[in-house]
Amino acid sequence: MSRPELPAAGGCRSAPVLKERGQREVFCGLTGIVWLHRKMQDAFFLVVGSRTCAHLLQSAAGVMIFAEPRFGTAILEEADLAGMADAQDELDREVERLLSRRPDIRQLFLVGSCPSEVIKLDLSKAAERLSARHAPRVRVLNYSGSGIETTFTEGEDACLAAMVPVLPETQERELLVVGALPDVVEDQMLSLLSGLGIGPVRLLPARNIDAETAVGPNTAYALAQPFLGETHEALARRGARHIPAPFPYGEEGTTAWLAAIATEFGVSPERFAEVTEAPRARARKAVAAAAETLAGKSLFFFPDSQMEIPLARFLSRECGMEPLEVAQPYIRDALHGPDLDLLPQGPRIAEGQDVDRQLDRARADRPDLTVCGLGLANPLEAEGLATKWAIELVFTPVHFYEQAGDLAALFARPIRRKQALRLEAAE
Amino acid sequence: MKLSVWTYEGPPHVGAMRIATGMKGLHYVLHAPQGDTYADLLFTMIERRNHRPPVTYTTFQARDLGADTAGLFRTACEEAVARFRPEAIIVGASCTAELIQDDPGGMAETMDLGIPVVPLELPSYQRKENYGCDETFYRLCRALAQPQDRTARITCNILGGTALGFRHRDDIAEITSLLADMGIEVNVAAPLDATPADIARLPAAHFNVLLYPETAEAAARWLQKEHGQPYTRTIPIGVGATRDFVREVQQIAGTDILPDESHLRLPWWTASVDSTYLTGKRVFLFGDATHVMAMARVARDEMGFEVAGMGCYNREFARPLRKLAKEYGVEALITDDYLDVEAEIERLAPEMILGTQMERHIGKRLGIPCAVISAPVHVQDFPARYSPVMGFEGANVLFDTLVHPLVMGLEEHLLAMFREDFEFHDDAGPSHHGGGHAATSPVRAEERVPESTVGVVWLPAAEKELKKIPFFVRGKARRNTETFAAERGQTEIGVDTLYEAKAHYAR
Repeated sequence: MSRPELPAAGGCRSAPVLKERGQREVFCGLTGIVWLHRKMQDAFFLVVGSRTCAHLLQSAAGVMIFAEPRFGTAILEEADLAGMADAQDELDREVERLLSRRPDIRQLFLVGSCPSEVIKLDLSKAAERLSARHAPRVRVLNYSGSGIETTFTEGEDACLAAMVPVLPETQERELLVVGALPDVVEDQMLSLLSGLGIGPVRLLPARNIDAETAVGPNTAYALAQPFLGETHEALARRGARHIPAPFPYGEEGTTAWLAAIATEFGVSPERFAEVTEAPRARARKAVAAAAETLAGKSLFFFPDSQMEIPLARFLSRECGMEPLEVAQPYIRDALHGPDLDLLPQGPRIAEGQDVDRQLDRARADRPDLTVCGLGLANPLEAEGLATKWAIELVFTPVHFYEQAGDLAALFARPIRRKQALRLEAAE
Repeated sequence: MKLSVWTYEGPPHVGAMRIATGMKGLHYVLHAPQGDTYADLLFTMIERRNHRPPVTYTTFQARDLGADTAGLFRTACEEAVARFRPEAIIVGASCTAELIQDDPGGMAETMDLGIPVVPLELPSYQRKENYGCDETFYRLCRALAQPQDRTARITCNILGGTALGFRHRDDIAEITSLLADMGIEVNVAAPLDATPADIARLPAAHFNVLLYPETAEAAARWLQKEHGQPYTRTIPIGVGATRDFVREVQQIAGTDILPDESHLRLPWWTASVDSTYLTGKRVFLFGDATHVMAMARVARDEMGFEVAGMGCYNREFARPLRKLAKEYGVEALITDDYLDVEAEIERLAPEMILGTQMERHIGKRLGIPCAVISAPVHVQDFPARYSPVMGFEGANVLFDTLVHPLVMGLEEHLLAMFREDFEFHDDAGPSHHGGGHAATSPVRAEERVPESTVGVVWLPAAEKELKKIPFFVRGKARRNTETFAAERGQTEIGVDTLYEAKAHYAR
C-alpha cells in the first residue's frame, strides 16, 4: 500500500504550538448552514437568534438568499426576552407555520445562536416536543451554531454530532464516511471505494433522511473533513472505530486516505495499485501545472476552517511552497496528527488568534501568499500582500484526485494575477 | 419571534460601524461574541475598502461567560487605544452583549483613556441599522461639537454620508460642487471622511445640508436647537428637486447665485421622441423612504411614468411616506417583510420596479424590469465610475439607470412589428449567432406565461392571440383578461374576451 514518506527532518506533530487568545476574526458556526442545506435536501435549518444572525446568513449566503433556501431565522424580539415560557410557544407557532408551508421538509434543525444561549432558551426541549408533535413526517433536532460555542466549520460538526445519537443501530461491518462533500466529489469517492471492493459505504450526512445511514460497534469510519471533532467523539461513543488518516487533499493526501481505509478492510496492494494508478497520474499532472507558479513561494495561513494544516501539507509537499505560519482555530491530535506528521518542520504552528498580533507577524514575514478571511483580504492586498480568501475552499470541490489540480490552481491564481496586472505607466 | 430570510436592515451596531468606518481617527470598541466580525466584510468586500473597519471586537466565547467578560472589554479598550491611537472612541454592545449586561459605556468612561469616550445605547431587539447610524452620529455631535463663532465666509456642513451608503461618495462630491457654484464652501462633510476634530468644528458653519435623513436627522435637529443652524429639507434628487434645493439654499444663505446647469441632459433626453414610449409606464417604488419619496417625483414628473405604488422598509419614516403616497393617489406599503413586497408587486403588476437589491430579484422572478434606487445594495452598486444620484449629474445618471432596463421605444416598436418574423419571433433564441434557435428552446415563450390561477379556461384561438402580444406585457394581459372574465362569471376566454378586457383596462 502506498504510504507517503515522512519528511526527512521530521514533521510538525511535536512542534511547539503558539496558543493565542484575543480578538478573533472568524465566522460563527451558523455559516455552516449555507453549505449544509444544499447537501441535505429535505432539511430545513431554523436559527433561533437575533437580527444579527439573519444579517450574517444573508451576508454569507450572497445570491443564494434569493433562491428560496431551506434556512431562515426566527428573530427574537423584545417580547421574547421578557418571559421564557412565551418564547417556547412562539417557537411552536413559527415551526407550525413553516412546516405547513413546506411539506417537503422531513428534518428540521433548531439552530442555537449566541442570544438564544445567553437567555438559556432550551432548544433541546423544544426539539423533543416538536419531534413528538410532528412525527413521523418530520424529525426535529437541535444543535448550537453560536459564535460563543463554534467557529465557522464547527457548525457542520455540531450538526452532524447532533444526528449521531439518533442514527439507527447496525451490527454490519461497514465503512461510514463523515463530512458533507459536494455531490460530484462524493460520487468520485464512492466509485473509488467500490473499485477497491469496499461497500456498501454509508454517508453522514446523507442526501436525505431515508438514506440508510446506520452505526454500530462494527462500523469503521473515516473523516472526509478535518473539522469534525465532536462528531468523531459521538461516533466513538456509539462504539464505532476511527480510521486515522491524512485528509484527502492532493494526490498524496487522497492516496494516503484511501490506503488507510484499504488496510482496514484488507484490500490487496495489487488491487489498490490497479484502482489508484491512473487517477494518481492524472492528479500529479494537473497539480504540476499550478505548481510551476507556486514552487518556492512562501505561505501564511490565518485561522478559519481547520483545513489549514492539511492544506499546508498539500501545498508544501506537492506544490513546493514554504509555509511560514499555519494557524487553525483548534488543533486536535486525533484528527490533525497524521497531517502534522507529514508537514515538514519549519512553520510556526498556531492555535486560536489575536488578530492584531497575527497581522503584525504577517507584515513582518511578508509572505508571497496569505490565506485569510474576506474581512482581511482586501486590506492585506492594499498593503501589497497577495491573498487567497479562505471561504472559497469550503464551497469549491477540492477533495480527492480529480480536484487536486483545481485545488492547487485556487492558490496559484492570485499569484498569477498579481504578476499579470501592470497598471503603472511604462517608464 | 418572526421568521425571516432576507432583512432590509442589519442590527443597529452595524449602523454604528457604518459611522465609525466612514470616519477617520475614530475607533469603535464593540462588546460582541466571536463571529460578529462577519460585518467587516460588508465594508471590505461590498464597498471594497482597502483597510479594516476601525472596530475592535471583544469576541467573547462560552468559556468567558462564567468568568470575566467585563475584564475582556476593558483590555480590548486599552489595547485598541494603545495600538490605533484614535482621537476618540465609541463603545457599545452588540445584541448578545446587550443580554449579559456588562455596561460597556459605564466601564469605558471610568477608564481614563485620555481621549473622548462616547457610549452608545443601541437597543438591538427593537431598532435597526439606520437607527444605529442616526443615533451614533447624534451622540458623536453631542459629545464633540464645540460652541464657536461662524466662519467669516458663508459655509455649510453636509450631513449624513456614511460607509455603505448608496452612492454617498459621489452624491457628496456632486453637492459640494453645486454649492461651490453658488459661492458656498463646505465647512465639514460628516460623518463620511470626517475626523472627530471635524465634528468639533461643525457649529462654525452657517447652516446644514441634510442629505440623508435616515442617518443624520437627529444630529441636524440637535445642531439647529443647540447651535442655531438651520438645515435643508429638500433632498436634491432629480431636476425639480435639485432646483428646489437650490432655492432653499439661496434663501437660507441669502444669495442669488445659480449653479451651472450646462451639463444637465435629462430634460432634453426625456423630451426627445424616443422617450415617448416611456409615457405612462407603470412603476412601483420601494426602498428607504427618502429615496422612494424623491424618486416618485422623478418617475412621474421627469420620466413621465405612472406611479402604481410605493413603499418603504423603515417605519421611522412611515408618516411622510403615507402622506406623499396619498398625493400620488396610491396606498403606501410600510413593511420590512419582502414577502409582502412581492405580493404587492404581483397584485399591481407594474411594468417596472424601482427598488433595492431584493426587488431586483423579485423583478427577475416575475419578469419585470428593475432599477436599483436604494440600499441595501450589492457590490455592483458601489461602482468604480462617478455615479451620483443627486444634483444635475445625478439626474443624468438617473435617466440612464431608469431607461436601461426597459426596452427602448424604437426597439419596442420594431419587436412588435416583426414579432411573427422567423428571426424575431418569441421562440427564437436570444441571438442568431451560435444557432440557439427555436428547436433548442421550444418552451421559452411558454415559460413566460404564468398558469391561470382563477380556473378560467383559455380557448385555443385566444391562447394563440395572446402569444402575439409581446412577451414583456403578456403576463399582465393574461392576468387582466382572467380577472376580467372571472369578475363577469365567464369560465372560458375567447378572442373577444381578450379584446374586451383590453378595451376595459385601456386608459
